Amino acid sequence: MKKKVFQLLVDNTPGVLSRISGLFTRRGYNIESITAGQTADPKYTRITIVTSGEDDVLIQIRKQVEKLVDVRDVKELKPDDSVFSELALIKVRADISSRQNVISLSEIFKATIEDVSPESLIIEMTGSSQKIDAFLALLEGYEILELARTGIAGLGRGIENVTFLD
Amino acid sequence: MNGADALVKCLTEEGVDTVFGYPGVAICPFYNSILDSDIRTVLIRTEQNAAHAASGMARMTGKPGVCAVTSGPGATNVITGIATAFADSIPLVCITGQVSTNLIGCDVFQEADITGAVESFVKYSYLVKDVNDIPRIVKEAFHIANTGRKGPVLIDVPIDVQNATIRNFKYPEEVKLRTYKPTVKGNMAQIKKVLAEFSKAKKPIICAGGGVLLSEAQFEIRKFAEKYNIPVVSTMMGIGVMPTEHPMYFGMVGNNGKPYANKAMNESDLLIMVGARVADRAVNQPDLITKGKVLVHIDVDPAEIGKNVGPHIPIVGDCKSIFEDINGSEFECNDFKAWIDELNTYKKDLAVVRKPNPKYVDPAAFIDMLSKNMKDDAVYVADVGQNQIWSCSYHIVKDGRFMTSGGMGTMGYSIPAAMGVKCACPDKQVVAVCGDGAFQMSMCELATMRQHDINVKIIVLTNNYLGMVREYQHYTYKDAYSVVDLSGNPDLEKLSSAYDMKFLRLKDMKDAEKVIKEFLKKDESALLECLIDPMDTVK
Repeated sequence: MKKKVFQLLVDNTPGVLSRISGLFTRRGYNIESITAGQTADPKYTRITIVTSGEDDVLIQIRKQVEKLVDVRDVKELKPDDSVFSELALIKVRADISSRQNVISLSEIFKATIEDVSPESLIIEMTGSSQKIDAFLALLEGYEILELARTGIAGLGRGIENVTFLD
Repeated sequence: MNGADALVKCLTEEGVDTVFGYPGVAICPFYNSILDSDIRTVLIRTEQNAAHAASGMARMTGKPGVCAVTSGPGATNVITGIATAFADSIPLVCITGQVSTNLIGCDVFQEADITGAVESFVKYSYLVKDVNDIPRIVKEAFHIANTGRKGPVLIDVPIDVQNATIRNFKYPEEVKLRTYKPTVKGNMAQIKKVLAEFSKAKKPIICAGGGVLLSEAQFEIRKFAEKYNIPVVSTMMGIGVMPTEHPMYFGMVGNNGKPYANKAMNESDLLIMVGARVADRAVNQPDLITKGKVLVHIDVDPAEIGKNVGPHIPIVGDCKSIFEDINGSEFECNDFKAWIDELNTYKKDLAVVRKPNPKYVDPAAFIDMLSKNMKDDAVYVADVGQNQIWSCSYHIVKDGRFMTSGGMGTMGYSIPAAMGVKCACPDKQVVAVCGDGAFQMSMCELATMRQHDINVKIIVLTNNYLGMVREYQHYTYKDAYSVVDLSGNPDLEKLSSAYDMKFLRLKDMKDAEKVIKEFLKKDESALLECLIDPMDTVK
């Protein structure tokens, strides 16, 4: 199984996200994460999908997605030529005795503390998925009360790969 | 002018002359507006058949078939018809009524999320929220349905949108779709590669699928096959690409096809799959069609290429356009006489020998005789089940067409589809052949035929079983028959008389020719029941 990141530019029509996720469900493709948001041109939405499968499945995924009427452009984002970023919000149980340790760990990872209550903290961090995984591994000694991860958003590096839209 | 008037006007602009459907409150504004147009409406007796009839019409005219049904159960009933069209890439535009916009999501009477429900069976769908979008949406729907890989498009129109006033109706002259641009012309470099392979090949063969008929490429392919002596086989959906008795045609492939057709395909050294999906029933061992040969796959849908088998030379584009380019190119190739002779030997050696029971009508001999008595340009619509396999094996296509539900295998398809064909081409002889199971799924349409003077000839092969399933249970479960006994069948003679329909019955082959001639004689609807051996098998 290989992992691939596809970047889709789609027409911002109602139901477009369900059309795409529905395609993955009915053809049995994996979605590890999916993020969507308007582009600079509000007519379009940019969707980043992390998927995995054997080579032939990954080729089919691309072709089937390209076939959808709403899809304008599909690109594979290769790790070497792309910037990926993910955001995570982590609520950790931390009272007065453990609070400082958690804050110190967060500082090492350039994560910020977004909320403090007598018994918990909310940490916000952005970066690669691997960085977030590593940070979560470090927090293993603490109780994670809630975790929200966005999944990755990505862009290709440089100007060569930009799809200019009319 | 309201939204419903606009919808009807758009259909007129698209040249639609017939709409199959079933009204209900949510589509009533549309059915009210259609009264003021020249569009013919056909009240079908169940919504599924509206889509099948539209499918038959589309396959005849090459333009999207249109059906219009109401919200809720009307819309959900039409789903099987839409899925059937989707599986065979038949262009349809299905209009469904919907509850008022402000009530959507409230689970009100006859509300169903139809755009959500058909998502996996349509090429595209619209829920119209603004009446001013109607002209653009209809224009796009017809364009999407009938370009690229064809398929059904659904337009869901809430009743308040149908009743809303539209400002400045203007039907767009062209579509402006930013994201949808199917490839038509094949890549010339790829085509040249194929021609180079032809120069090297000793045993080339073309396997034609339904896509050839959808793009009307059959004449280009015939021209090519005749010019260079290239043999052609077809999938079930490709039957009719070549006349059955054409010297270059070697039958239908697949596990229900001709053994010599499969052998021809497997023995070839250059295989051109054109407009075919390489699906499980046609090619159950994909490795056999790549081993020791060059595989060329031509299809308008890039996702079909490489889905089931990896070709050596893929060409994406419209079959007709690609074969025009091929026919327009000059190239040298071998004389394939030895290969054709070899195939003719297979054809002789591997012919299927049946042992019919003389106490019944032999479906093989009957279908053969029927075809010989049908008009050259007649349309034969086969249903699903044993009758379908016998039809594929023994019907002789001349200048006419052969149709069936290939991908989805929807029982009950033949009668409504044949009605659609007849509405499109009233001068043609149209014969629907079904089993007694499938007949009962669509027999409500006898009333539609009677009401609208749709003169379809219906043949029912009666064996009082769901024959195909019985045959499967015979082989797989050693004759432990479960839920396949159709005793309780109506008397078809009485049924026909209830609909004022001419009725004939054949009990064995003795008078077959005379009865067939009588059955086909006049342009009138008629039902011919053939009693066949309940234990007969297609294998």
